[in-house]
Amino acid sequence: MLPPDSAPRTDMRRSNHRSVFVLPDILAQLTFSLSQTIVNMVMKKLINDSDDVVDEMLDGMTAAYPDMRRLPDTQVLVRDDAPVDGKVGVVSGGGSGHEPTHGGYIGDGMLDGAAAGDVFSSPTADEFEALLDATDSGEGVLAVIKNYEGDVMNFETAIEMVEMEGTDVATVVVNDDVAVEDSLYTSGRRGVCGTILVHKAAGAKAAEGADLDEVQRVAQKVVDNVGTMGMALTSCVTPEKGEATFDLPDDEIELGIGIHGEPGTERTDVMSADEITEELTESVLDDLDLDEGQEVVTIVNGMGGTPLMELFVVNRKLQELIGDHGLETWDAWVGDYMTSLDMEGASITVCAVDEELKELLDAPADTPGLTVQ
Amino acid sequence: MSGDAAAVVAAVEAVAERIQAERSHLTDLDSAIGDADHGGNMARGWAEAADAVADLEDPDAQTVVKTAGKTVLSEVGGASGPLYGGSLVFASQELEDGVTPETAVAFAETYLEKVQDRGDASVGDQTMVDALTPAVHTFKKSIETDDLPPLEALAKAVAAAEAGVQFTVPIRASKGRASYLGWRSVGHQDPGATSTLYIMEELLETAADHLDSEVPDVDASSPTIPDAEAAGE
Repeated sequence: MLPPDSAPRTDMRRSNHRSVFVLPDILAQLTFSLSQTIVNMVMKKLINDSDDVVDEMLDGMTAAYPDMRRLPDTQVLVRDDAPVDGKVGVVSGGGSGHEPTHGGYIGDGMLDGAAAGDVFSSPTADEFEALLDATDSGEGVLAVIKNYEGDVMNFETAIEMVEMEGTDVATVVVNDDVAVEDSLYTSGRRGVCGTILVHKAAGAKAAEGADLDEVQRVAQKVVDNVGTMGMALTSCVTPEKGEATFDLPDDEIELGIGIHGEPGTERTDVMSADEITEELTESVLDDLDLDEGQEVVTIVNGMGGTPLMELFVVNRKLQELIGDHGLETWDAWVGDYMTSLDMEGASITVCAVDEELKELLDAPADTPGLTVQ
Repeated sequence: MSGDAAAVVAAVEAVAERIQAERSHLTDLDSAIGDADHGGNMARGWAEAADAVADLEDPDAQTVVKTAGKTVLSEVGGASGPLYGGSLVFASQELEDGVTPETAVAFAETYLEKVQDRGDASVGDQTMVDALTPAVHTFKKSIETDDLPPLEALAKAVAAAEAGVQFTVPIRASKGRASYLGWRSVGHQDPGATSTLYIMEELLETAADHLDSEVPDVDASSPTIPDAEAAGE
C-alpha cells in the first residue's frame, strides 16, 4: 500500500495508465482553481427543504412502486401485502442517503420492510418497532442490522419491546467492512455493501417457507463469508450541511472509506483505476483468506456519484485479480447497491459461496434495487 | 391516580425542568469530547416525556415510567434514546406492583443491567455506568442490608452517583464517542454520567416532596467507592 506522499505526483502522471482517475496536469489545475471559486457556494440539489428530504423521498418511492406502502406517521416502508401469511419476515433499516438501500430491496424474495432514518442517522426504536410489528405474520422476523452503534441499539431496543408482546425476532449484524476495526460510528467493523447479499439470501430462504432459525442461519453464513472495502474520490454533500462533509483535495483519494463520509484508513495521491482496484481487492482477499478454487460472488458498488462506465472498468480488473488468486467468480454484480449520497467512489465486495448460497442468490427476486429472474 | 403514580409524574416533570436548566452545561461537556448534542437532545426528549405523562388518564406508576421511557426513546434518538429511554421501558416491568422499597431496588438493578448490556460498558469506561453503578449498589445495600428508610437510601445513592461522576474525570474513555479521543479523554467529565446524576437528584427531591420530608443529610465524609468487582455480578 502506498503511504501518502511516497510517490511524487509527477511520476504518477507520467505513468502509462490510461485511467479515468488520472487527470492531465492542466485539467487538474483548472479543476482546482474552479473549486476555489465555488467554495462556500450552496450546492445545487433537487431538494426542497433539507428537513423534508427523507419524507418526500419515501412518498416518491411509494408513488413509483405500488407494491410497497408507507406505514402512517412513520418513515417505514413495507410490502403492500405485509405481513405475508406463513412466511418469516425479513427486515432491515438504517440512515437514509444509501439508496436503494434499504427500501429499494423491498419485494418478493428480499425484504418485507425497511425503516429509513434521517440522512446518515439511525431510525429510532419506535420506527423499528412499527416495522417489526407490521412484518410479523406469526412466523417471526429476521432483523438484518448493519453494525453501527445507533442502528444496533435502536433495533435491539425495538426487538425487546416486540418480544414482550410475543413476536419472535432473530437478528444478524453485518460487519463486512475489512478496512477498520473501530470507527467514528462503530465498535467493531462497519456493515456495508455485503448487507445486500444478506438481504438476498435471507429473503430467498424465507420465501421458500423456511423457519426463523433457518433464515437466520443462512443470513449469518453470508456474514461469515463476505468482505468489503471502499474508497472515495470525493466527499459527499449532506442535505443539511449543503457542502462537502470532509475536505478531500482534488489530487487525493481516501481508501477504506465508510458509507457516511467518515474517515477512511488512508489518504493517498490519486491512483489509476487498476491500482485502486488492486488496493481494495487485495485488502478484502487478505481478510477472507480463501482456498484456491473457491467460488465467489463479487460486487463493484458505486457510491452514488460514479458512472457505471467507471464501475465496469473496476470490474474488469477485479475479475483479473480474482483469477490471479485462483478463485472462480460464480457471479459478478456491478451497480449502485449501497450509496453514500453523491459521493464519487466505489467499494468492492467478495463473498465465498457454496451450493446453498448459490441457490439462494440465484432464486427469484423482484425489487426496485435488484431483480433476479 | 395512585400516590406513587402521581409522584412519578412529578419526577418526570422535575427531570425535564432540570435537564432544560442544565442544557448548555451538558452541551458544553459533550462538545469537549463528543458531538455537542447531548444537552439539546435530552432536553427535547424529556420535555416531550413530561407532556406525554401529563396526558395520561389515571395511570399506574408502571405506565408512567413506560410512557416516559418510550417518549425519550423516540425523541432523543441516537444512542442516548435506547440507553436512557429504552432502559426505562425495560425496567418498568419491575414496577407492576407500584413503587415500594423492594420494587425500587429491582427497578434500579434492572435499569443498570440494561444500560450496561446495551452500551456494552463497565465501570471505568467513562460513561453513565460510572455514576449508575455506585448509586444502584449503594441503594440496594442501604435498603436490603442496612434497613435504612427509603429516602435516606436514595440520598446515599445520589451521593454515590456524585462520587461516580467525579470518578469519570481522571480516567480514559473506552466506550461512547469520547473513546475516539483516546488519552485526550482523560480530564473530561462524562456528560452521560452527569445527566444521570441530575436525574437521580430530581428523583430524590421529588421523593422527599412526596413523603413530605426534608432531603436527609447523608454523611459525605465516607463516600461510597465505586466497586468494579461487584459491577460484574
